[in-house]
Amino acid sequence: MGVARLDAARGSRGSRDPVKRLALTDTLLAEGDARSCALRTLEWLAAEAGATRGLCLVLEPEGRRLRGLAAVGVDGDGVEGMTVELSQRTHPLVVALESREPITFDPPGEGDRRPPPITPLGPIGFSVVALSAGAGDPRGGIGLLLVAGADGRGIDGEALAWAGSRLGVRLAALAYSSARDAEARRRREVDWLQGILEAVTDPILLTDAEGRILIANSGAEHLLTTDEEAGEGRRRAVALNNMLFSASLFTNAEEGGPSRRELLLVNPVDGQDLLLELITTPFPLGRAEAGVVSILRDVTDLSRATAEIEENYRKLRTAEVEVRAERDRLDVILNAVLDPVLVTDPNGSIVLMNPPAERLFTVPRGNRDREAERRVRANDAVFTSFASDLYAGRSLRWRKELTLSDPESGAQIPMEAISAKTLARPGQETAVVTILHDQSEAVEKARLYEQVKRHSEELEERVREATGELAEQNELLRRQALQLEHASAMKSQFLANVSHELRTPLHAIVGYTSVLLEGMAGPLTEPQKEKLKRVDSNANHLLSIINDLLDLTRIESGKMPVRIEEFPVSEVFEEVRTEAESLIEASELEVAFEAPADMPRLVTDRQKVKQILLNLLSNALKFTPQGAVRIGATHDAEDDRVAISVSDTGVGISPRNQQTIFEAFGQSESFFSSQSGTGLGLSICRRLARILGGDITLESEPGAGSTFTLTLPRRAEIS
Amino acid sequence: MSSETPLVLVVDDFAAGRELCAEYLEFRGYAVATAADGAEALDKALALRPDAILMDLSLPEIDGWEATRRLRGDERTRGIKIIALTAHALDAERDRALEAGCDEVVTKPVIPKELERVVRRQLGRESAPDEERGSERGAP
Repeated sequence: MGVARLDAARGSRGSRDPVKRLALTDTLLAEGDARSCALRTLEWLAAEAGATRGLCLVLEPEGRRLRGLAAVGVDGDGVEGMTVELSQRTHPLVVALESREPITFDPPGEGDRRPPPITPLGPIGFSVVALSAGAGDPRGGIGLLLVAGADGRGIDGEALAWAGSRLGVRLAALAYSSARDAEARRRREVDWLQGILEAVTDPILLTDAEGRILIANSGAEHLLTTDEEAGEGRRRAVALNNMLFSASLFTNAEEGGPSRRELLLVNPVDGQDLLLELITTPFPLGRAEAGVVSILRDVTDLSRATAEIEENYRKLRTAEVEVRAERDRLDVILNAVLDPVLVTDPNGSIVLMNPPAERLFTVPRGNRDREAERRVRANDAVFTSFASDLYAGRSLRWRKELTLSDPESGAQIPMEAISAKTLARPGQETAVVTILHDQSEAVEKARLYEQVKRHSEELEERVREATGELAEQNELLRRQALQLEHASAMKSQFLANVSHELRTPLHAIVGYTSVLLEGMAGPLTEPQKEKLKRVDSNANHLLSIINDLLDLTRIESGKMPVRIEEFPVSEVFEEVRTEAESLIEASELEVAFEAPADMPRLVTDRQKVKQILLNLLSNALKFTPQGAVRIGATHDAEDDRVAISVSDTGVGISPRNQQTIFEAFGQSESFFSSQSGTGLGLSICRRLARILGGDITLESEPGAGSTFTLTLPRRAEIS
Repeated sequence: MSSETPLVLVVDDFAAGRELCAEYLEFRGYAVATAADGAEALDKALALRPDAILMDLSLPEIDGWEATRRLRGDERTRGIKIIALTAHALDAERDRALEAGCDEVVTKPVIPKELERVVRRQLGRESAPDEERGSERGAP
């Protein structure tokens, strides 16, 4: 408010004019607020009663002090800051408040009868009147109206009193209606707060220091309050909830500031557990009393949700572990594959490689070899081209021959690339798995195979040529073999026939000689007998030659029959002695057969053993001029072989002849010349022994005699 | 010749062998008949019913094996002792002869003295007929 100068002349020019007064009354009634009313009143006094400066003070609602409300003709800034404490009972303005009549203060220095108090009006004299609610109002003044005239003195008291009474009534009315509005507003706000409280679904309540509920919304009432009509179950639940709630409240009472904790209550309706989060905040109720605001949040579902989330998380973890294990397994498999394996994404970028692939497509760390880098890049280009072809194609599988370079050596590696698209969903390509198979070996093999094949064909051709010749030769050989076989058979047959044909006349020769010597044709002279014995001896020699030839033929043609039988050695000895009796007698030697008593029986060809022993014995007798011949048998239990030896004290055999004596016709020259013999005997004996799995050995010393030993398996092993 | 004198039929196509044998057996006191082939041997065997036959196996026409088989097949000649003589030294010949029904097989050459021992053994005699006569006569 600016400085208004009231130019009205001092005096009560219009102040008593009933029209002017009615105008003020109307103006005041038209104004709705206290300050405007005060201003209109002060302006009216300036116009009608010669006031130049004016100020209105009103009692504060508490009734403890006066405060500036409005002013005219003074600097308005200080007006509202001006207060006068009612406790200053002697203050002229406080005194004026109690007065029913206007009071006028003289200007300072004029006799000091009533010096003016210090006011925004300045150091001048002025009139003051108390504003009253009405003539009969017992409350006294509700404010003051201070007015100064142009001469620095008060104004007409009657006009001031009237204006003051009008303003007082109007201010009182305004104050009343304002109080009523405030009350209504407060009530409305309380309603709103109540509404807000109810709108909050979480239970909210205010409790005093003893835990008594002062305010509660319906959510809280539902849990914590009940009435007489409620059922027993509900009453108990509520009682339990109250107990639990109070206990929870006081547990944390000493803590300042908001605090939260969990609280387990019971739903009074269904008896289910309710998990609540309790948030408490201290709330001052008055100067000394402290209350608590509690907000309860139902976290039962939250708790369940949390449990569910934890369960899901756990499942997720398990799944993740499985996936990781699966991946590890895949890695192990991938790393175990010796062929390079690559996985590429739809852009053709390599996302996964095993070590053999890394060797081809990555430069080893720390490797500064430019050539290797270049080769790796070349490989990459070849592979990328291949991969792009694959994406362009529709087939899910792809096979192609690629040539890559070994980054280290630069050697060309022919590779077979086999790729497969993996699909997440039908039609959606996610990755391509490519396996490279080193074909070097296969190519080399193919080359070698070709070479071998060519050689083979050449060889085959040669073989074909040779086969023709061979077939001819074969046929020739076959014919020759047939001829040979035939010849051999012919030879055997011939020998058999010769043998037969020789025996027949020999039979006559031997027979006639025998009967002559027997005297069938009359007595013979000694010289005749002598000559006939010569004939007989030579005929027998001839016979033994024929027998030997026959044996040799049979052995050589493999047609020597073998007859196995079991017999004691002693029996064979007896037979040999009997058959050789005449020879033994003629030799005049001492001949001894010695077989141990525990000698086991032989299982072999009796006839051949006998033939061998006869031959050995006759040889011994022939070549032993004097002394003895001893025939002995031993058995070696360890290898189950028998040894039958024929020892003589004869002429012996020189080492040279010992080598050849068993060969056919090998009889030493001297024996042949001086003694009879075919030279076939020992050869045949040794062969017969071998047919039975045995052998004949010789120990001899010229002049000291010989020992021929026939060794045989006790049981014949026919070879 | 007394009825006790054993009759031996000597069958051999080789005259020297046949005659040697016959002469020697007569020398030793046997009654002897001879045949030069298988057919004659069969006829004489049936006609004379000898006590023993010395049968050479290699005969023309009907050979010794066949002749033996026939003699064994005939009730009248079945009991005659048959001693086979052969110049074949092979075991197979000997086995065939035994199969055909010969009582014994002797391989040539054999001295007549030995042959007589075989005949004597087959006839179950302890001595030759000449020795018996000798003992009867008190000679030699």
